[in-house]
Amino acid sequence: MTRSSSEPKNKFSRRTLLKGAAAGGAVVATQGVGGFPTVWAQNTKDVTLVHAGGSYAAIKEIGDQATKDLGFKIVMQAITDDVQLNRSLTQPQTIDINNIDSTKLPYLLGKGAIAPIPVAKYKLWSETVPLFTKGAYPNGTMASTQGLAPIEAMFYADKDAKKLAGKPTEFLTMIPTIYNADTLGIRPDLVGGRDKITSWKDLLDPKFKGKTALVDYAPVGVMDVAMALESRGDFKYADKGNMTKDEIDKTIKIMIDLKKGGHFRSFWSTFDQSVNLMASGEVVVQSMWSPAVTAVRSRGIDCYYVPLKEGYRGWFVGLAPMAHLSGLKLDCAYEYMNWFNSGWQGGFIAKQGYYSAVPATAKKFLTPEEWDYWYDGKPAAVDIKDPYGTLMEKKGSTRDGGAIWDRMGNIACWNTVMDEDRYLTRRWNEFVSS
Amino acid sequence: MAIVNPAADAFAASDRAEPEAVEYPGERASWLQVAPLVVVLLLFFGLPMLVVLAVSFFDFSRTEIIPAFIFDNYIDLFRSEVTLRLYASSLKFAAIVWAVTLVLGFNIAYFLVFHVRGLLFQIGLFLLCTVPFLTSNIIRMISWIPFLGRNGIFNQALQGAGITSQPLEFLLFSDFAVIVAYVHLFTLFMVVPIFNSMARIDKSLLEAARDAGAGRFRVVAEVVWPLSRTGIALGSIFVVTLVMGDSFVVRTMSGGQSASVVSALQNEVAALQYPPAAASAVIMVIIVTLMVAGILRVVDVRKELAG
Repeated sequence: MTRSSSEPKNKFSRRTLLKGAAAGGAVVATQGVGGFPTVWAQNTKDVTLVHAGGSYAAIKEIGDQATKDLGFKIVMQAITDDVQLNRSLTQPQTIDINNIDSTKLPYLLGKGAIAPIPVAKYKLWSETVPLFTKGAYPNGTMASTQGLAPIEAMFYADKDAKKLAGKPTEFLTMIPTIYNADTLGIRPDLVGGRDKITSWKDLLDPKFKGKTALVDYAPVGVMDVAMALESRGDFKYADKGNMTKDEIDKTIKIMIDLKKGGHFRSFWSTFDQSVNLMASGEVVVQSMWSPAVTAVRSRGIDCYYVPLKEGYRGWFVGLAPMAHLSGLKLDCAYEYMNWFNSGWQGGFIAKQGYYSAVPATAKKFLTPEEWDYWYDGKPAAVDIKDPYGTLMEKKGSTRDGGAIWDRMGNIACWNTVMDEDRYLTRRWNEFVSS
Repeated sequence: MAIVNPAADAFAASDRAEPEAVEYPGERASWLQVAPLVVVLLLFFGLPMLVVLAVSFFDFSRTEIIPAFIFDNYIDLFRSEVTLRLYASSLKFAAIVWAVTLVLGFNIAYFLVFHVRGLLFQIGLFLLCTVPFLTSNIIRMISWIPFLGRNGIFNQALQGAGITSQPLEFLLFSDFAVIVAYVHLFTLFMVVPIFNSMARIDKSLLEAARDAGAGRFRVVAEVVWPLSRTGIALGSIFVVTLVMGDSFVVRTMSGGQSASVVSALQNEVAALQYPPAAASAVIMVIIVTLMVAGILRVVDVRKELAG
């Protein structure tokens, strides 16, 4: 036993030594992008890090660029949420960098799968938007704490990483990367104009009977309906992001009645389905993601992500190193996570409508016109293209909802996982089968 | 995945339902012959099933399954009226699809075997039936969506021809759409075994029946139908297990408006609630096995194949 447990260590150092020697002749010029110190390049060139996350975040081009900039290899794996959780918990060694959606944190908390990040290891913390560092908007107002708000999700109580602190500490749960404000997508041509939908309650308006859709995912689907019910005045929730059994029952009951009355045309479970529902005109108002709206628009069909008076449903994701990383690999992981928010990624993802946690760095990788359009909500001075160069918006158009803090500064509720999620799943199954 | 598995289950089930082998000298050799299959089935079907069975009695929290021996998962399952609704829905789909594919399958096979002259032509047409299988299940199913949609080809054609004045909404994201897709996907599973049994019917039997004064329908009812029973039984097993085990078709074609037993189970798995999902799977296996056993009771496939 002693032998076998000590062997891998010896092997590791011997291998690294050999490879370091082999690479000795070649001068590997790796430059840190953000000016932070790089790990000794000769050693790192044999390191491979597996970055796993949702397809909207674990994008191959980003991994390729990181590989080029950093000198070690980043492998991007786009996987579905349940697979990601499963692998994180049952085969943690198959992932190195976990690209976690905040709602997955409660599942991972205290499981020892992901490692806490000492604030000092993350160079860009002071430049990160205050939403994550203090739970406040740049103007100083505190953000909504319904659902799992950034301030609640960002910090561990201590280095044991067993509990969330809910206030700033020295240990981060993850490095925040991208975030956005979700709302309803509409077909202005089929609802009578952009200004015809102004509130979440319009989702339940009988006039759109048979032409609405929800996402087929209980925590978000129920929350969108809750936003609508609250604005329609049916009842007020103590916390839409953490409903009681009674609140779930009341909400599901109304949903079942609506469904039986044929109010919903469909429930979508993939990005493409939501795009097709909207593009084909099967649905004229539905809960939707921002890039899906853009995807509909890029087909030449008018689709609008409508700002609603009650506010948006917010979400954010981040990166966390897996707990099994150590030594050189862990150093590389920190370096990669620092690289991630150093600009290239932020610029890339901005063109898909997402915001970077460190906007100042993303700005360097956007043209002034792009920055004005995506972040400042100004009319596009030139044609706006997506990260792959396809035309997205014609010159003169304005981003729906306006500037970053007009959108992100108006979050009514954050994506979450409820304490009663077990009960919610059961009731959701009942809803779908009724 | 979900579409293939039930078929495997069906094979396993039909295997178990076999009557006891009669003793004869080559018995040891036949045990050896069957050994590879037994090993494969035990490893890849028996063992996983045992794990599922064990987990179905476990307790669970948000992220963990906790070894225990509790009946809560089953109690929840049997107490919930959702279970009943889900099975009613799955059985309804299975019954309708079975009836439609049987009528289609029997007629197509009958046409191929008794009306098409010449073996080459027969095989050619038969292969033609399998052409759709060169594309994936998913593509064949999804192509119905633009066809049946509100502004789809079919609705446009109906309106263009002046048959309807506004789009028919029930065509897509409805039970109708689910059944269309099932029938499209699964009819061949009915055609092939029935074709196979019919092709082995001695043509002189039909002539004899006709000579004895039987009309066309009587020949079909009293000669062709009974002699095709094996094929019908096998086809029925395929279709019924495929429909019962499906979640993807029902979810996509109903736009998430209808559920099946397996789609509900999938929701539980997605929420990391394995023990209730396992309990649901165990009950599902029992019910489908009973259904297959029922079919095999009506038709002794083994005997008729050997005969």
